[in-house]
Amino acid sequence: MPAKPAHGRVHLGARSLAWLEGFGGLVGLALLLEMAPRAGLVSPHYLPPFSAMIVALFEEMKSAVFWIALGATMRAWAIGFIISVATGTVIGILIGSSNILRMLTRSTIEFLRPIPSVALIPLAVLLFGSQIESTLILVVYASFWQVLIQVLYGVQDVDPVARETALSYGLGPWAQIRYVTWPTTLPYLMTGVRLAAAVSLILAVTSEVAIGSQGLGKEISDTQAGGAVAIMYAYVIVAGIIGVILNLLARALERWVLAWHPSMRLHIVEAGE
Amino acid sequence: MSDTGPIRPIRSLTIMLTLPAALVTTWWFISAGSQNFYFPPLQTILQTFLKVWLSPEALQNVIPSINRFFVGYLAAALLGLTVGIPIGASRHVRNLLEPMLEFFRAIPPPVLIPMLILFTGVGDEMKTLVIVFGCIWPVLLNTVAGVRALDEVLAEVVLSYRLSGFARLWYFVLPGASPQIFTGLRQSLSIGIILMVVSEMFAASNGIGFALVQYQRTFAIPEMWAGVIFLGIIGIMLSLIFRAFEAWILGWYHGLRRSQREN
Repeated sequence: MPAKPAHGRVHLGARSLAWLEGFGGLVGLALLLEMAPRAGLVSPHYLPPFSAMIVALFEEMKSAVFWIALGATMRAWAIGFIISVATGTVIGILIGSSNILRMLTRSTIEFLRPIPSVALIPLAVLLFGSQIESTLILVVYASFWQVLIQVLYGVQDVDPVARETALSYGLGPWAQIRYVTWPTTLPYLMTGVRLAAAVSLILAVTSEVAIGSQGLGKEISDTQAGGAVAIMYAYVIVAGIIGVILNLLARALERWVLAWHPSMRLHIVEAGE
Repeated sequence: MSDTGPIRPIRSLTIMLTLPAALVTTWWFISAGSQNFYFPPLQTILQTFLKVWLSPEALQNVIPSINRFFVGYLAAALLGLTVGIPIGASRHVRNLLEPMLEFFRAIPPPVLIPMLILFTGVGDEMKTLVIVFGCIWPVLLNTVAGVRALDEVLAEVVLSYRLSGFARLWYFVLPGASPQIFTGLRQSLSIGIILMVVSEMFAASNGIGFALVQYQRTFAIPEMWAGVIFLGIIGIMLSLIFRAFEAWILGWYHGLRRSQREN
């Protein structure tokens, strides 16, 4: 994001005011969700009062079902995410470092990338049923491209002068990757990591809703089918909170890894596809 | 660097087609005569593809899907823009709403399907609404970010020229925020396709997702593979349409950036 540091620094306490206002917004939303069903604006059968959702959430948290579902979602997310980031980085650096490879693979990548990973659902179901492998196929197929594309952008962004300097200093291929390619690629990779973290969660939950693999998504569709509406909303809230936490963690990782970087470059965000 | 020289079109076309041709050929020959039930020969898949997905009956599944997708996606884009611009323009409204919006965006959109079934049943409205609810957040949040980051000097120029109302929106706010808005629209595109398919996998009577699940449940494997390929083609076509649209609207911006990079 094109941050404007001047903005936040001008008024002292502008940040804490923003926090306060944001918190106020969330409280307002909770109040609205509490009052709307009570005032009869929506049927409590569809939208129970917010307090009922929270009570249901705490009840669920006492049961093993909740923790097993949460664990299953997080496990599928973590495995899929790590596979995507690792393969995307390695293949991206490999392809990106060679002009020939890049030109040869370009059309194939452009063709495969927009294929929606949900197209693979029937195939995954036939091969693996509702096991975790099904989820992983969907997660990896969707997240891999996010990382690969960013790494490809990054490798191409290497300053030609730096590359030639490295060459004339006699750096070998491995040292070139380590000292020239990697530092340039890292900011792009971090954008890919951030996108992949979000996409992996979306696809993990999609697979649980659509295929019925174990996890939060399955609990949501099961509780809806069983008419336990308050519990269903409790799980939706949990899914949202996990999404927010993963997002914050990815941003924190980005800031930490790139702390040395002169600036969080502007065009990285724009290149984010 | 070899990138700088003019590449002859024939050579670049050859390079472009080499790998895909090699992959398809490999698939064709490896799968030829395949006895594996799940991996039929590519020949069979392609014959089935022509028969099933390029027939008039296929339109009964394709048209409703595409229809719901476009209605949902366009509604989300329009809503995201109209709501996002005022939020982005005011710091206090932004502070108030941003955490809430970030939360909504973080909810994995397919979760909305069971939720919306409660409100609207399993009909067309549900499927379109799911797409709207899933696609709106990237557009909305990117519009907010884009409007917030508008060039301050330009804003003062606009002020001193006394542009206001529609003129200010049309000549300053929208163009200034458009690169960010398109980032949001692009993210929404893939979410929209996911939701189009997944929502049809739940109680539906037509649609591409519905047909796919039918084939899978009846173990009509070549039909299912053909459906996977068809969905892939839809995804690619939508992304091509989007790219053409973006190149048309954002042409000035990409040109500007290119000239900046060359300096």
